[in-house]
This record gives sequence, C-alpha cells and structure tokens, in this order.
Amino acid sequence: MTAEPALVQKVTIRDLKFFYGDSLALKSINLPLYERKVTAFIGPSGCGKSTLLRVLNRMYDLYPRQRAEGEVLLDGDDILAPTTDINLLRSRIGMVFQKPTPFPMSIYDNIAFGIKLYERLSKAELDNRVEGALRSAALWDEVKDKLKSSGLSLSGGQQQRLCIARTVAIQPEVILLDEPASALDPISTAKIEELIDELSSRYTIAVVTHNMQQAARVSDYTAFMYLGSLIEFGETPKIFTAPQQKQTQDYITGRFG
Amino acid sequence: MNRSLRTRRQLSSLVMMTLSVGATLFGLGFLAMILGTLIFEGLAGLKLSIFTQMTPPPGSKGGLLNAIAGSLVMTTGGVVIGAPIGMLAGIYMAEYGHGTRFTIIVRFINDILLSAPSIIIGLFVYEIYVAEVHHFSGVAGIIALAIMVVPVVVRTTEDMLLLVPGTLKEAAAAMGLPRSIFIRRIAMRAARAGLVTGVLLAVARVSGETAPLLFTALSNQFWSWNINSPIANLPMVIFNFALSPYKDWQQLAWTGALLITCAVLALSITARVLSAQGNRK
Repeated sequence: MTAEPALVQKVTIRDLKFFYGDSLALKSINLPLYERKVTAFIGPSGCGKSTLLRVLNRMYDLYPRQRAEGEVLLDGDDILAPTTDINLLRSRIGMVFQKPTPFPMSIYDNIAFGIKLYERLSKAELDNRVEGALRSAALWDEVKDKLKSSGLSLSGGQQQRLCIARTVAIQPEVILLDEPASALDPISTAKIEELIDELSSRYTIAVVTHNMQQAARVSDYTAFMYLGSLIEFGETPKIFTAPQQKQTQDYITGRFG
Repeated sequence: MNRSLRTRRQLSSLVMMTLSVGATLFGLGFLAMILGTLIFEGLAGLKLSIFTQMTPPPGSKGGLLNAIAGSLVMTTGGVVIGAPIGMLAGIYMAEYGHGTRFTIIVRFINDILLSAPSIIIGLFVYEIYVAEVHHFSGVAGIIALAIMVVPVVVRTTEDMLLLVPGTLKEAAAAMGLPRSIFIRRIAMRAARAGLVTGVLLAVARVSGETAPLLFTALSNQFWSWNINSPIANLPMVIFNFALSPYKDWQQLAWTGALLITCAVLALSITARVLSAQGNRK
C-alpha cells in the first residue's frame, strides 16, 4: 500500500468475527478505514458487507441473537467493549440506509430533531444548523420554501438526501452508507455520488454498494468480500485495474457474483 | 379445452355465484330490516324535547337528556381510564416485550378478555365493587366500561406499533435515539391514525353496552351528575322502557336506540376515514 504521509486510521477492524445465532457471518476481518477517505465494500449478496457495516455502529445490538467478537477501534478505543455508550457511539458514527427513512414530521424537524437530542441551541443557531445540513446534502435549494411540509412529501431521491442531511446535522466523524443509491433513479444516484465526494473532505466514509462502477467512481479504497471473508483491500484504482486475487479479478470482470 | 369441461365449470361457477349472492342478500336483508324499523320507529319520536327533558314517568311528556348525559359521562370516564392503560400495555408488548413468552401470554389473555361476554364484566365489577360499597353507582359503570375498553386498545396499539417499519426503528437507533424517545416522538406519530382509530372503536364498542351497566350503574329516573350514585344511561333506559307496557316509554326507547346507532355509526365512519388516511401516508 502506498500510504500518503498524513493517512490516519480512523477505524481499525482487527480479527472481527460476527455471528447470527450460531452461524458465522464474518470470518476474522482485518481492515482499516482511513480518515477523510471513502472506503467501498463490494462483493456478491450475502458476502457480509452490510453485516460488517452494521458492526461499526453496533446496529446489531437491536437483535438479541447477533454478536461480534474481535476489536473495532475508533480513534484507538474498542467500540465492541461492553462499556461503550452506544447512543454516544452512534452520534459519532452516523448511518444512512438503503431505503430512505424520513421521520413522520416536517422537513425542518427531521433535521432539528437529532440536533436537539445532543445540543441546546437558540432558535437562530438551530435554523443555521438545519440550513447548513440541508446545504451539505445539496437539498437546501429544493426545500427552502417548504421546510414545514412533511418529510414524507419529498421524492425518493430527496428523502434520501434528507436522511443524509439528518446524519450530517449531528456532526458525526464517520458516516456509514448502506447501498444509499440502490433504490434511486440514475439522476438521484448521480446526486448522491457527488454528495459522497463532497462529504469525504470532512468525514470518514464507508459505503456498501452492489454497483461496481459506483464503487470505482466514489471510493478511494475498496474492500472486496466473499463468503464472510475479506479477499482483498487496497486503493480503488488498483483493485479495479490490477487485483492481486483471482476471485477479485473474476468478480470485477463480471465472471461471477 | 374440451367443451364439456368448460360447460361444467361455467355451470359450477353459476351455482356458486348464485349461492354467494344469495347469502350476501340474506345478511344484508336483515340488516336493512333492522335499520329500517329502527329509523322508522325512532324518527317518529325524534324531537327537540328528547335533548332537553328528563326521562318521564309513564303517561307524561319527557326526553332522554339525563340518559344521554349519563352515557356521555360514563363512556368518557371509561375511555379516559381504559385507553391509557391499554396503550401502555400495547406499547410494552410491541416495543419492549416483543416475542417474549410474557407478551404471548398477555396477548392470549387479552384476546379472551376481548371476546368475553360483557355481562361477565358487569358481574365481576358487581362482585368486586358494588357488593363491597353496597350501592350501584356511576363509578361502578365507569370501571366496567374501562375494563371493556382496555383489551380493544391493547390490541390495536400493539398491532399498529408493529406495523411501524423496522427500517424506521433502525434509522432512529442509528442516530443514537433512546428507545423511549423513538416510541414517543416517532413510532406513536407514525402510528397515530391507527391509535386514534383503536380508541374510537373502543368508544363505539362500549357506548351501546347494556349488560355491564345492568349490575353497576343501574339507571336513574332523574338528572344526576353524581357518579357515586346510580346514573341514567341510554342502554339501560332503552332496556327498561322497551320492556314496559307504556306506549310513550316504548317510543322513547326507539328514539334512544336510533341515537346510539347513529353515534356508533359516526364513530365507525370517523375511524375508517382516519385509518384510510393513515394508510395512504
């Protein structure tokens, strides 16, 4: 790996195993997420890429029969430790899902809701933060005149950008995107991709995608996974032009998957 | 396809269709007769004095004001007490105890309560309250109605909260929202139409009940706001007046029955409209 001098490991995954009940879904994953870089997780369905993403903010805690073993270090602290404050962790590592999930409230409140959870702000400051979040999700111009209407009244692509704005608004350090554009049309997808590019100047981003062109376009690093194992990790151009592993080669050239 | 097979299928389709339509008409016919008689008989006695005068002694003029007021008081009381209990239980079952053995048992018992004959509930309140304080009262009526409201609201609250998409729950959790805030600010809001519908259905269910009031609130010929004494109510007045030999009492019973039917109908339509709106969102 030709590391730039300033490359910092924001998240370090060490010997991570994950279980759904008794079945092993992740087999000893070792992987860094570099600060202010976009890392794409690719691989065929069921390879564990979404599972890996959901470990990073401990989303699996919602389900009693799921558990993780190993270490996931965020700035050096193990987030899998039982002492981790999960709500605090999730304020530092935000997540956007495949399907847009606006809350049943106004566009403004969708953003303000999360901010108010962590900070006490004056009305003016709050307005500012909401506007800032909507701007960074490239949604402000489309919704500035209807902030009071329901978040559910927006189109699918707009709803997804609202969800990104909502995540950005609470100022996380890492943003996890789980196939954020797979339910959207090509134009909305292009907007989301541009957005990922812009956000990567401020946030560490991990994105799961089924779309290899998308991975090639938006990411700096790519991790190829297969059957719960990490097959290959490296700089995106290298993975796509000169993969070291035959399985990676076969997958990106469309020979299986 | 061969011709005789085709004919046979068409024939059996015709027979089955005739039977289905016949069964539908049979059911609807009785409903129409009941409603027709009710409207015909009830409208004959519907005048302003129904809403302004008390239930009369036989042979003199009067209305149903005390019964209407008493019904409103007891139904409101029953819902105000029963609905929050039902909602809290429903929230527990859908959000905290989902899938646990305890929830499964509670749901089973709740379903039994939901279909329990209402006279049993009346007798139960008679035993635990009326027999202890030695007099019938509005309070006892309210307790009985509240017990009937609880299972309806438990059921709808649990069902409606379970319909809230899991993705919304994950999205809320991903923002670090505590469960309690998710329930209050997001799940309850997403399920609002359904929750209101549940309460309205509960109101509709209890507002026409006679049996639970027979052993609890009894009835009262006179105006009374005192819920610690027997209190008039439409179902009991209808029951008493309809069984009486007096023509004017029977007329009041018809009109009272029409009022309750219209109120229940209005509630059901409101509930339908609300849940349809909720589903469209």
